[in-house]
Amino acid sequence: MKPAVILFPGSNREQDAVRALRLVAGAKPQVVWHAEHELPPGTDLVVLPGGFSYGDYLRCGAIAARANIMDAVRAHAAKGGLVLGICNGFQILCEAGLLPGVLVRNARLRFVCREVLLRVERADTAFTKAYRKSDLIRIPVAHGEGNYTADESTIARLEHDGRIAFRYARRDGQIDETDGPNGAINGIAGIYSEKFNVLGMMPHPENYIEPEIGPTDGRGLFESLAGALKAA
Amino acid sequence: MKARVIVTLKSAVLDPQGKAIEGALRSLGVAGVQSVRQGKVFDVELAGNDRASAEGALKDACDKLLANTVIETYKVEFAE
Repeated sequence: MKPAVILFPGSNREQDAVRALRLVAGAKPQVVWHAEHELPPGTDLVVLPGGFSYGDYLRCGAIAARANIMDAVRAHAAKGGLVLGICNGFQILCEAGLLPGVLVRNARLRFVCREVLLRVERADTAFTKAYRKSDLIRIPVAHGEGNYTADESTIARLEHDGRIAFRYARRDGQIDETDGPNGAINGIAGIYSEKFNVLGMMPHPENYIEPEIGPTDGRGLFESLAGALKAA
Repeated sequence: MKARVIVTLKSAVLDPQGKAIEGALRSLGVAGVQSVRQGKVFDVELAGNDRASAEGALKDACDKLLANTVIETYKVEFAE
């Protein structure tokens, strides 16, 4: 497994991503500056970390999505390479056109920093094999713009193709849009690309990996990636 | 040449910030406010005087960066 974690000016969770990849997946991630034109040779996973790239100027992720390195990330994704965007990384993937839709201001206008329950919508992708379908996992969120939206036909297509990765759920496993942290349509917390090799998600699995800190439900995502890339 | 680019949310997109501003104006007693939608304005200076090429450049700017056309629309105005 050879992950590359992209660093933009204003990223601030890149070391959390690096730590999770090291501790859980046993990888040696390389941090790659956004102005580079190429990924390190042999890169098999690109992680776009959380933070506030370019201070969220213009729109969240808008300027980072046009950085030099994004052409290489696009080429990597087009070849079927794995890409994971967390929080600001998800916003960047949407702005870059690698995922459809957009993340707008939370419905209640407040920055939300707390634990949420996520329902794992499918457990057959490179990102989720270590989970079971419909598992409810505890993962933290920390964002002001996590309200996922897209036009009706895009949402219908995502739902039809099973491209919802995670939804904000209640304890009984039901989805309650109005009760979620940000008002995202259909409780969407994360989505896949058409070929399921790109995942964007608002919650931070990299922050729930160590029992000293709290729940460890985030480990499954990194275990899944380690498994997928070892097998490859 | 000076131009102004105005980016606004499409009418079908909810604008919680606009709603909050609308509520604040009401609570300040500003009379007759029916609704508020928030948008962005970019004042751009362009080299040369050819309006057609300036329009082309600004359309390019909007499509590539200034607007997210999933949720926003834009229009360009030139200073007379």
